[in-house]
Parts: sequence; structure tokens; C-alpha cells
Amino acid sequence: MTTSPLPTRPRPAVATAPAPLPSAPRHRRAGFLREQISGWGMIAPAAVLLLLFVFLPAILGFGLAFTNARLISPRPVEFVGTDNFARLFADPTFWRALLNVTYFAVVVVPVQSALALAMALLINKKFRGVNFFRTVYFLPVVTSMVVVSLLWLFMYRKDGLINELLSTFSFGLIQGADWLNDPATAMPAIIALSIWQAAGFHMIIWLAGLQSISGELYEAAQLDGASPWHQFRYVTWPGLKHTRSLVLVTITIQALGLFDQVSVMTQGGPLDSTTTIIYEAVRSGFKQQETSYASAISLVFFVLVLLISAVQRYLTREKD
Amino acid sequence: MNKRFTRILATSITAAALVSSLGACGKGSASATSEGSNEITMWTHNAGNVEELAAIQGVVDAYNQSSDAKAKIKVQAFPQDSYNDSVVSAAAAGKLPCIVDIDGPNVPNWAWAKYLTPLKLSTDLSANLPSTVAKWEGETYAVGHYDVALAMLARASDLKAAGVRAATIEQPWTEDEFQDALTKLKALGKWEYPLDMGTAGSGEWLPYGYSPLLQSFGADLINRDGFQTADGVLNGDKAVEWAKWFRGLADQGFMATKSGKDSTQDFLNNKSGVLYTGSWAADKARASLGEDLVVMPTVDLGNGPKIGGASWQWGVTEGCANTDAAMDYLSYSLKPENMAAVAKATGTIPATEEAAALIPEFAEGGANRIFMDFSRKYAVMRPETPAYPFIATEYGKAVQDVLAGADPQGALDKAVKAIDANIKSNGGYKN
Amino acid sequence: MKNSPRLSTLNNAGTMLLRILFAAVAAFPIVFMLVSSLKPDTQIFGDMSSAAAFLPVGNISFDNYAAVFDRVPAARFLINSIGISAVTVVLGIFINSLCAFALSRMEVRGKRVVFTVILATLIVPFQTLALPLVWWVNQLPYFELSGFSLEISKGWLDTYQVQIIPFIANAFSIYLYHQYFESIPKELDEAARIDGAGWFKIYRQVVMPLAGPATATVAILTFLPAWNSYLWPLMVVQSEELRPVMIGIQYFFQLNVSWGEVMAYASLITVPVVVLFIAFQKSFINSIASSGVKG
Repeated sequence: MTTSPLPTRPRPAVATAPAPLPSAPRHRRAGFLREQISGWGMIAPAAVLLLLFVFLPAILGFGLAFTNARLISPRPVEFVGTDNFARLFADPTFWRALLNVTYFAVVVVPVQSALALAMALLINKKFRGVNFFRTVYFLPVVTSMVVVSLLWLFMYRKDGLINELLSTFSFGLIQGADWLNDPATAMPAIIALSIWQAAGFHMIIWLAGLQSISGELYEAAQLDGASPWHQFRYVTWPGLKHTRSLVLVTITIQALGLFDQVSVMTQGGPLDSTTTIIYEAVRSGFKQQETSYASAISLVFFVLVLLISAVQRYLTREKD
Repeated sequence: MNKRFTRILATSITAAALVSSLGACGKGSASATSEGSNEITMWTHNAGNVEELAAIQGVVDAYNQSSDAKAKIKVQAFPQDSYNDSVVSAAAAGKLPCIVDIDGPNVPNWAWAKYLTPLKLSTDLSANLPSTVAKWEGETYAVGHYDVALAMLARASDLKAAGVRAATIEQPWTEDEFQDALTKLKALGKWEYPLDMGTAGSGEWLPYGYSPLLQSFGADLINRDGFQTADGVLNGDKAVEWAKWFRGLADQGFMATKSGKDSTQDFLNNKSGVLYTGSWAADKARASLGEDLVVMPTVDLGNGPKIGGASWQWGVTEGCANTDAAMDYLSYSLKPENMAAVAKATGTIPATEEAAALIPEFAEGGANRIFMDFSRKYAVMRPETPAYPFIATEYGKAVQDVLAGADPQGALDKAVKAIDANIKSNGGYKN
Repeated sequence: MKNSPRLSTLNNAGTMLLRILFAAVAAFPIVFMLVSSLKPDTQIFGDMSSAAAFLPVGNISFDNYAAVFDRVPAARFLINSIGISAVTVVLGIFINSLCAFALSRMEVRGKRVVFTVILATLIVPFQTLALPLVWWVNQLPYFELSGFSLEISKGWLDTYQVQIIPFIANAFSIYLYHQYFESIPKELDEAARIDGAGWFKIYRQVVMPLAGPATATVAILTFLPAWNSYLWPLMVVQSEELRPVMIGIQYFFQLNVSWGEVMAYASLITVPVVVLFIAFQKSFINSIASSGVKG
């Protein structure tokens, strides 16, 4: 069960207990049956929808990975075994995409979680204007990624706003780069924009976690004279245990699926320095019409994320 | 709380019912199933382009009201940037309309995939600009109302200040002259980069804008003899020479390896001296610069100036239930006054002389007449092969890589390898 | 509490400064967008490299907004998106919380496997599903009520429901509810059962009223992708009258882009989401205060 991407709480002992024995009283059995029927009835709507709109198309797509299907073609579809995978693993662009995504995730996951937590802590307590700050922090999230990418495209120009700000605040010491056009700075530029856009989203999740920590715990800590740092270390941090794993996993999945920013801002360039797995899949599947190859990329991506989630689950597992 | 929840639930169910009934009312007349024999649907790429859409709608309305209309045409407009994705999805689901708008170079691909059926029009197309008639394997599959042309824009005052002669159609700039002009313009110190080649562009702009330069060097996107390989053509000496020259423009500080998001705006804001762009930018530039604007042909890099031919065109789909009416409408729309109306609204080059005569800017002596001459004289079609969409993506990537500093030979070899593999895996794109 | 008043004032001032700094970073591109939406194109580009980019100075007008309504049926798109998002959110809250309730609070056999499989769907990025999904939704039956007879036709393309139904069930929402339900004491259920309440009644009257914060979070997180959906409607919606707001952005990318109009439209479609967030975050806080749920 370690393959589920999100942390789940340990079952209470009852959950793994065997079904009631035949010798159990009659009314208990009736209740058991009723519980099964109502339970499945409640699970069914969501389960059926997920089956129809996620599982079926996913399986369909994965099947295509072993054929030579094309988006536009009068030629019949043939089974070609693992040809697409052989081609994929021999493609340097694919490995470059993998490297880029790793780079992106390794920076984004810790930095974005930390900033989001900092933001959540800053606005967790009630103070004058708290609503204003919450809303402002959330603004980037509600702005569509397509719009955001366009805005930053302007700002990252060599004579754009970012460089102007850098130069002003460093009193002319820093001459900004041509951010998106230099293989060395393009990915960092995309990273900065992505963190800026998504941190508010995870702030909300942190905030939900913070709100579920009882105020009494803080009061007790304050009575004991705990400093703000100690309060954080011994009350807040342990209280966020589940939220932590949740944020970690969602940021990781989001980071590995990097696409929109790249598609609008750099199209994977310069020199493949910002291309990603999903970008390559979309480029092959839509623009180059190689449906089967794109499906192969998707399948590899899926397995990869599954593996990473399993490792993360293992590392953050409940130690009790 | 309980009551509130029940209320929310009730509201949501009502809302769901409401939306699905709205959906029923609005269920697409665009889908093939609801097309009666007396109404056919036509998809266009110009949602958001108010003038162009109005012009097309005008032609359609006139046809629908004419007494011998064979069917009622219904226009469904899509935004251009995502038009191809919409069409391809619809095709995958088998829901194409009768008449479609297509970007010219994609016609062979769609014809090969049997999306399109050969045109049988009552109009004589022999007098149309050749680049507005899309042929593949001897059949005509699409026809356009207009074309566009590449050109270079500059300010006469700047050229004069730098002591540079304006290029003309009789005497375009040669490679050396171009080099000289850029050196002198840069020396004026007015701009960081005197030249804007629109290098921030993406998608179809890359092959449209830069493959003519490649062709002027004597290379090409693919060996047009049989369209089976790009080897020796896209990665030959002449192609490498082109790549080095193009990259050299950036190395010498003449142009940015990535220009601004909107090159026309930058030019009008005096951030560049010479703008390499299409005829579509001319009206806006003229409105802003007036008499100071010079429109010049592109550079002769050895084999004369070249520009890309073919813009948006119309085709009829294979699955159309009323092909007769679709053909009839297209023939009607090709009347000079209709073509003129569309070309006028779009600021593009009308496909025939008769239509041009109806638009002052394009009639003899008109300010935009020069674009028609460019088109007649310099237009090269992008390779007429079903492999084109693939070639376009690979060439576009090679251009971006070369600009970013990749080894020219390596980048072009990579593109050739991918293109040849794609052609092979498609059985040579033969029928 | 034990800190000296002066230190805590200093501390508060520092915290406030930090808050303002974060707010400035979060807001500056948006301010740029709003301000640019009031300027003509030439000026947007001219102001680009100075502080003027953030200030409504120069030639300020609402011309861009007027032009937006000429170019795009913006009102129609807004209504469509509001309807689509609202229905997705409401049905999503209902169906996902119901599923999470059974998975969390009932002893349903096989539920661990079901939960794991549901969570696995989080990994599949939508872009990779899109193409097979287009084909698939076109195979689904479509029911239509005309008068009193029920008509069945094939294919969901070009409808509202194709923009809603595939996105109702969501593993992340189920997960959020599940985690939240786990923190509500099970004794409450047992007490209700002793009173003779059925499972649905417990869900409706005991658990859901306590799950306000989870509902607010799920609502916001479901609304955003529904509002911002772009790739999907592009592929499955052909009729203009059914399109959502994001498709409208594409209307502005013509051969000559009017950036002022792009900014005006972008501002126009961002404002409703901000309003919604403000509304929800209020109930989000209120429900925490009123329910007294402990972690």
C-alpha cells in the first residue's frame, strides 16, 4: 500500500479486524450488511466518475504507447511492441527533460513549501488587515498561469521590469541577465515565477493545518514562557505533521508536471534548458502528431511519479 | 446547519439541471449530427479579429440571401492560436464541419489524412496568385482569398542619417550591403540592436519567417524531389552557411537572439531601426510613421529574395454531407468583390488582379501594391508534403537552437535525422 | 506574554514589515496588469522599464475595456464559466465528501484498496489524458429531453456537461475530506446511531456541518482549475456560446496584438475569482471559529 501518493493516517485496529464471525448476533450482521451497502453506495458516484474519466482514458492512452498510432493518418494502427520506448530512451532531449524537471523539483519543493509556510504563519493570527493580506497573498494563485506567464515574459526582458528593479535596488551594481534567453538563467527564471505563482496555493493548505491546531496548546506554551521559536518548534511543527506530508507530495507532483510556463515562455529552449517531460509529450502528441510516442512519454512519466511518491511515502512514513 | 445543507444540495441539483438544459439548447450546431441537408457549417480561424470575421460573415450573409443558394452557411469562429488544436481534436472525434479554414502549408497533410476532398469549383483559378491555390498530387484541395508577404520596414530618416540606400524591388540589398547597412545603422547609436527579426516568435512563424532566408542561400527544408529526405539539403553546406550567417547577426550585435514580445510595437517605439516582418504590420506602421515609412524587399542572400507563400485557405471536408453546396459557396466567395472585401478587412494581398483593382491600396500605384509584387516575384511555397507539420516543428527548433548558440551543423543534422525518421515511419507519406 | 512590551512592539513591527514585503512581491505583477489595462499599447511598452509601469499615469482611459467587449462575447463567456465552475464545485463537494465519508468513517470492506487506487489518479497529469478522453467522451450517450420524449444521441462534444462531469470527482478533494473527517471524533457517529440515525443522516447532520474548513478549501481548490481550464474546452467545445473565459484570451492574439486589451480582459476574468476567494475565506474562518474543531 506504500504506492498511494498521499500520506494516509494509520487505520484504527478495527479496520483490519476480520469480518464479524458467523456466530455474531443477528442484528449485528444486518447492520454490517447495511453498512456495506450504504458505504459502497456513497463511494460509488465518485468511484464511477474517476473510473470513467481518469482510468479508462489513461489505460487507453497507455495502450497506444505500444502502437504506431498517429493523430492524423490514413494508415492503419499497428502494434509495435516497445519501439517507442527504445526511441525515447535513446533521445538525448528526453534525458535533458528529466534532468530539468529534477532541477526544478529539487529547488521548488523546499523553497516553495518554506515560503508558503512563512506566509501562512504571517497571516495565521487575527490582526487588523488580515483579510487584506490573505487576499493579496492568494492573488497570484487566482490569476491564470497563461496570463501570469505572459506578464512575466514582459518583465523578464533584458530591458524589462525585473532588471530595472534589480538595478535600482542594488544602486546600479547588478546588471540583470537576459533571463529567458540564456541557458544558464532560463530555468531559474521559470522557477522564480512558478514559486511566486503557486506559493499562495500551498499557503492555504498550511493555513488549514495551522487552523486545526488547538489554540489551547499555544496558551499553555505561552504560560510556560515559551519563545515564539519554541512555540513553533514544539507546538506548531508537530501539529503540522500530516499537512507537511500533504504539502510535500502535492508540490512534488505539481513540480514534476511542469508545463504551462514552459509552453508560453520558452517552448523548452534555449538549447533544451527548460524542456520538461510533459512539454515533450504535448509537443510530440499535438504539434508533431506522434500520438503513440507521446503516450509512451506519459507512461514513463506515470511510472516515475509513482516511484518517487513511493519513496517519499517510505521516507515520511509513520514511525509508530 | 442541516437545513442549510439540504438547501445547498437542492440548489446544486437545480443548478445542474439548469445547466444541462442550457447545454441542450446550446448543443452545438457545429457538430455534424445536427447538420441538416440545408445547413452546412463553416469553421474559421478568426474569432477575435473583428474586421476579418465581419467580412467573412458579410460574404456568407450575401450568399445565404441569394436566391440560388444551395444551403444555408453557418459560421463558427475559433481563435487563431489554438485553431489547429481544435480542428485536430474534432477530426479525431470525427466531427469536422463541411468547410474548414486551413493554413496553406498544412493542406497536403490534411489531404493525405483524407480530411479534405478535392475542390470542384465553377471558378477559374488560373489567374489567382499561385500561392493562394493549394495543390497536392495534382489535385486542388484548398483556395485562399488572400496571401501575405514578408518585408522589411524602416524609417527613411534613419536610413538617410546612416547614409544607407533604401532597398527596392529592382535592386534589393545583397548580403554585403545588408551587412554594411546594419554596421552603419548600429553606429548611429540609436538602438541597442538596429535589426529586429522577430526572433521571439514561435510556432509557424519560425518556418514561415526564416525558411525563405535559408532558401535564398540555396538550401531548403527538404529535398523536393520525391520529398523523401532532408539529408544534404537542410544540413548541407549552404544550410550551414545560412545558420552561421543568421547566428552572426546576433553575434555582431545587430539583433537580439530573442526580440521583444511584440516586434511591431518595439519598432514603432523606436527600439529597432529595421524590422523584418509581414505585410500585416504595414498599415499600423504607416498610420504611425506616415511618409517616413519605407517598405523594402527582403535580402538577396545569393539566390534572390525569397518569401513564404500561402496563408489561410478554404477546403471542403471528406465527410461533408452536402459537398455540392460547399463547393457552390466557395465558388461564390471567390468573386472579386468578395475577395476584395476580405482582403481589405485583413490588410492582406488580394488573390487576383480584379480584386486588387477594387482596393485603392492594392490597385496600381497604391501604397500596398508593393506587397503584391513581392508575392508574385519572390514567393516560395513551403514544401507541399504531408510531412510538413513535422518538418515545421523540427526546423523551428533548429532555428531556436542555432540562435541560442548551438553548433549549426549539429542542430541541422539533428533536425534532418528526426525528419527522415518521421518520413520513414510514415511509409514515405505515400497513399 | 513574558516579552517586554517594547520588544513585542518591535517584533510586531518586524512581522508587519515582512507581511508588507511579501504582499508587495505577490501583488506587483498584478498591479502591472491592472495599470496596463488602462493604457494604450505604445505607452505600455514605453513605460515598461520604469516605475511608471506600476502607476496609472499618462494617457489613462477605459478604452481597452470597451474594446474587449467588441472583440469577445465576454459577458457570455463569464456567465458560462461562472455556471460551469459553480456546478463543478457544488457537485464536487457533495460527491467527494460522500465518498470520503464512507472511506473514513464506515467499515466498508475493501476500502483501503479503493482509497489507494483513488489516490493514484492524482499522478496522471491531465495533458496526457486529454486526447484519449476526447475520443472517449464522444462515445458516451447523450440524453436530451424534448417535450416528453427522451432522445438519446451519441457524443458529448460541444456541451456544458463535457466541461463539468469529468471534473467532479477529484482524488485530492476526497483526500482533504478524508483527512478532515478523521479528525472528527467517531463517538459523535455512535451517539447518533444509538439515536437511530442512518448513515446518510450522520453524514448530513453530524459530520458535514463540522467540516466547514475542509469544504471551503475544497471549494476554492475545485473552483480554480474549473475557472482556468483552457486545454480541455479548446478541444471539446466548438460553439462560441458554450465557451469559457480562458478561451477568450486567445481572441486577442491576432497578427497585431493589442496588449492593453489583453491586460483588460485578463483583469476582467481575474476579478470574479478574487471576489469569490474573499467570500469563501470569510466563511472559512467563521466555520473554524464556530465549529470549535480541534486538530
